[in-house]
Amino acid sequence: MNQKSIILLLFALCSHLAWANTYKVCASCDLSTVEAAVAFAAPGDTLIFEPGIYPSPGTEIKKPLTLIGKEGTVLDGQKQDYILKILSDDVTISGFELLNSGRSYTKDYAAIYIHRAERFSIIDNEIRDSFFGILVEKSNHGSIINNKVFGEATREDQSGNGVHLWDCDSVHIAHNEVKGMRDGIYLEFVDGSTLLNNYSHHNVRYGLHFMFSNHDEYRQNTFESNGAGVAVMFSKWIKMIENTFVQNWGSASYGLLLKEIYDGEVLNNKFDRNTIAVYVDGSSRVNYFNNLFRQNGWAIKVSGGCYTNSFSENDFEGNSFGISYNSNLNDNIFNGNYWSDYSGYDLDKDGVGDVPYRPVKLFSYIANKTPEAIILMRSLFVDIINFSEKVSPVFTPDALVDNSPSMHPFR
Amino acid sequence: MIKIFKYSFSDLMRSRWSFIYLAFYLVLGFVLLFLNNDLSKAVITLMNVIVVLTPMIGTIFGIMYFYNSREFTELLLAQPVRRSTIFLGQYLGISISLTLSLVLGLGIPFLAYGLFQSGEIANFLLLLISGAFLTFIFVALSICIALFNSNKIKGFGYAILMWLFFAVIYDGIILLSMMIFQDYPLDNFALVASFLNPIDLSRILVLLKLDISALLGYTGALFQRFFGTSLGLSVSLGLMLLWVIMPGVLMVRKSSKNDF
Repeated sequence: MNQKSIILLLFALCSHLAWANTYKVCASCDLSTVEAAVAFAAPGDTLIFEPGIYPSPGTEIKKPLTLIGKEGTVLDGQKQDYILKILSDDVTISGFELLNSGRSYTKDYAAIYIHRAERFSIIDNEIRDSFFGILVEKSNHGSIINNKVFGEATREDQSGNGVHLWDCDSVHIAHNEVKGMRDGIYLEFVDGSTLLNNYSHHNVRYGLHFMFSNHDEYRQNTFESNGAGVAVMFSKWIKMIENTFVQNWGSASYGLLLKEIYDGEVLNNKFDRNTIAVYVDGSSRVNYFNNLFRQNGWAIKVSGGCYTNSFSENDFEGNSFGISYNSNLNDNIFNGNYWSDYSGYDLDKDGVGDVPYRPVKLFSYIANKTPEAIILMRSLFVDIINFSEKVSPVFTPDALVDNSPSMHPFR
Repeated sequence: MIKIFKYSFSDLMRSRWSFIYLAFYLVLGFVLLFLNNDLSKAVITLMNVIVVLTPMIGTIFGIMYFYNSREFTELLLAQPVRRSTIFLGQYLGISISLTLSLVLGLGIPFLAYGLFQSGEIANFLLLLISGAFLTFIFVALSICIALFNSNKIKGFGYAILMWLFFAVIYDGIILLSMMIFQDYPLDNFALVASFLNPIDLSRILVLLKLDISALLGYTGALFQRFFGTSLGLSVSLGLMLLWVIMPGVLMVRKSSKNDF
């Protein structure tokens, strides 16, 4: 960068500071509509909206602006179009209620649409009756904080996603609540982003959905009663920490699906009452450490081509089936977990059971091979064969053993 | 028939074993609900107990009572009473007294823990109904066995074997055939196979009403679609009824021809 351009930049910055103004928008003010206010404001200005209902079908924001709504400020899309289209860097939208975006099967109408914009921030908004909630494309370094997106979808084709990011980098998504949409939060080609403390519940498909996204982290989120909790697919280096997966219950449901995941971390999560807590398909080098699996149908279901995964210091409590496995053990390791139905003993009192524990029950092995056999669940016969298999294992995979089961839960 | 039913019923109601049976269910119900206040969990546990236990108690009680009251039966046969009346009366006496123990023994604790305030009442009723059906079915079967075998030891052995067959062996055969024929579509086979055994039928009926039905996956969905409808429910209850009637008819026919 040469001197001239630096001076120019400084000048631009000063002028920016000098002329940044704040305008009020209300029904009886000079600026009474969203469109007029946005057209009137100069780059860097702030628009403060007084409470009221403002029609805003397809308002385009093409310069850096800050829009702040006082409590009770409603932007109505009138079911026609996007409500706000953000096409510039440095835009802040805060405190609005956004209603009624258009609905379409050919265009992705959203309440807030962000395209090729850097450093956006979407804060404290509430979105209802919209097709997509917040749709972000090719935009980086933004933050989406403390928003609520509520839909009423009952079928997958009725709704878009609550928060949808496509081809973005370094976006911070925190403290949002999404319910009743297709996917709560959907990330596709999104790198280096964090999701913190979001609550995604009662969505038709997934609470959170990753596709082709790398180096992301989600932490302390809660996923409850979604079609399926979280699906992480075709992604690398994803960290999943301290999340709660509750009640993702249904015949094709699960808490966490890992499909083609490499080098991930699943730490300190809690899986409570999911049909399948973790469904692992073709994933390698993933560490599962210190998670709690309680009262799930299956705690872990592993299918096909998984290598070098390690499960340790997890608590398995009262799951109908501990682990279901339909391929070779490969070099996956189960070691030092706590199993509530472990019936071994600990003579030297070092907290580690002296008898290895076999997490795959015979019936779970059979049900995996012939799914129809599951109708015999909870019959006396099944209890008998499970017991006899436990006493002397013949059918269940030989190597799938926890050699040092813990006597006490870790958490 | 009513008179004979009354005799058998009051005889059984005064017997120690009825009270022990009643007390067992009372204790079971109270302990379950005391340990776990969740009615729906208690219903699941009870299902396991009822599906295994009521057929067994029905079988053993039925055959024991029948052999023990043989002299009384012979005395009755000498009277101008129809044979079918005698045996049906005794049959109803045993089954109804056992069912009463079941209903009272489980009903009282569940009522005490607020059954009517919970949404579990339909499931609980279904559980009791299938328990009652199982009692009727297995008492009828065991009386048939007793009629065919005048030798007590043999009859007892057959009765236990019959219970073992329905409770355990049948499921084993199903599982085995499923594993052998796993390359074929088995959904309908599973559906029909579970229909033919009253114990399996009542287990699946209760299982599908409960939360864990989601675990049954695709097969479960097929079952749900069938049993979940009122048609499925009435068909399965009708089948249970058929299971009561068939041994009942056999019992009446055999008793009218039997030499005593």
